[in-house]
Amino acid sequence: MIAAARCILRRDLLLALRRRGDVATALLFFVIVASLFPLGVGAEPNLLRAVAPGVIWVSALLSSMLSLPRLFADDHADGTLEQMLLGAAPLGVIVAAKLLAHWLVAGLPLVAIAPLLALQYDLPPPLFGTLALSLLLGTPVLSLIGAIGAALTLGLRGGGVLLALLVLPLYVPVLIMGAGSVEMAGAGLGGQAQLMLLGAMLIVAAAFAPWAIAAALRISSE
Amino acid sequence: MRWFWYASPQTFFPLAGTIARWCGIAAALLAAVGLYIGFFVAPTDAQQGEAYRIIFIHVPAAWMSMLIYVVMASWAALGLALNTRLSGMMASALAPTGALFTFIALWTGALWGRPTWGTYWVWGDARLMSELILLFLYFGFMALRASIDDPRRADRAAALLAIVGVVNIPIIYYSVQWWNTLHQGASVSLTAAPKMAATMLTGMLVMALAFWMYSIAAAMLRVRSIIRERA
Repeated sequence: MIAAARCILRRDLLLALRRRGDVATALLFFVIVASLFPLGVGAEPNLLRAVAPGVIWVSALLSSMLSLPRLFADDHADGTLEQMLLGAAPLGVIVAAKLLAHWLVAGLPLVAIAPLLALQYDLPPPLFGTLALSLLLGTPVLSLIGAIGAALTLGLRGGGVLLALLVLPLYVPVLIMGAGSVEMAGAGLGGQAQLMLLGAMLIVAAAFAPWAIAAALRISSE
Repeated sequence: MRWFWYASPQTFFPLAGTIARWCGIAAALLAAVGLYIGFFVAPTDAQQGEAYRIIFIHVPAAWMSMLIYVVMASWAALGLALNTRLSGMMASALAPTGALFTFIALWTGALWGRPTWGTYWVWGDARLMSELILLFLYFGFMALRASIDDPRRADRAAALLAIVGVVNIPIIYYSVQWWNTLHQGASVSLTAAPKMAATMLTGMLVMALAFWMYSIAAAMLRVRSIIRERA
């Protein structure tokens, strides 16, 4: 079981390494969306400082959603997914390994680059840690919830837009807690409560989402 | 088990027709009574004047919008667990009615908000936000169903989505509520609920009952056409 998980993790990371462009695209999307907001709302520094946590979080959320269809699409297209469904290793474990690989490639870079965007938005440096921590806890939850939608919409026409409709409403609590933690920390109240709730969401999602995703994959590839 | 007698679409079809007829009649009668109480019997509100009378539509619609999602998810779960065909049909028959009531609740809420709060929409209110997200969840459910051609796969996929949604609804509600207390910006007081006259409560309950009956009748009619469609 562990061997299967490790094998999948290695394989997916290797595949991502061979196609670095995909990783860069999601990251660039994150940066571009975050850079568009000042053009929309104006360059007033105080306003930008106020909206920064929300903007960075919404950008991360959209970027993470955009990379979701890739999660199962290739494996579905070349038949690997069917082998995974038929194989002896529990599907939930395989899915968990795939998600970990996906998050390392699509989620972790967002966490790493977020402080840079925070700098652009002139957030006070003490908040960088809270922002990075909230993204560190929050982006895996986004991947876990989003993967349910990705598995359900596998191989459907108009999959991308449909995926957004399914997944974005479910992202709301993560967005509230993630952006809220930075805002609370900015107000001098400390964002620990929100961070803890994000951690709780991560634990619950990590425990239940892989099985829901596995069930969705079985439905989609009947 | 006689319960499963009606689990077959074929045997359920005539029963659905009977239920739809009686529930439809009951809905019409109850709505007539409820609206009469609402418009003519219930006293004018001291603070809000006549504007408050939209409550007789607004509150029952909001109740139904949430209830129908839970009922829908229960049918969906039943369908996944027992693999009965009718359960998926019931879930998809309920979704448009649920979405309709969610929309009515939002719409009447906006119309009610204008004279009382001075604005159609308040971003800071947890109930508005969660109702809006509920509407999106209904749309997601219907969109997922609509984009899958194979009806059995559509049933099962939508069922899983409904279950995920129903688990998330409380989390969404409480997180939105917390977000609301964080953004203590809105100056309107939404908690001031003046003591309600007994006739107002009666009118609201009768209207809620009418909406129940309407929902059952509409779902039954819709499930009949789904059965015909797939036969």
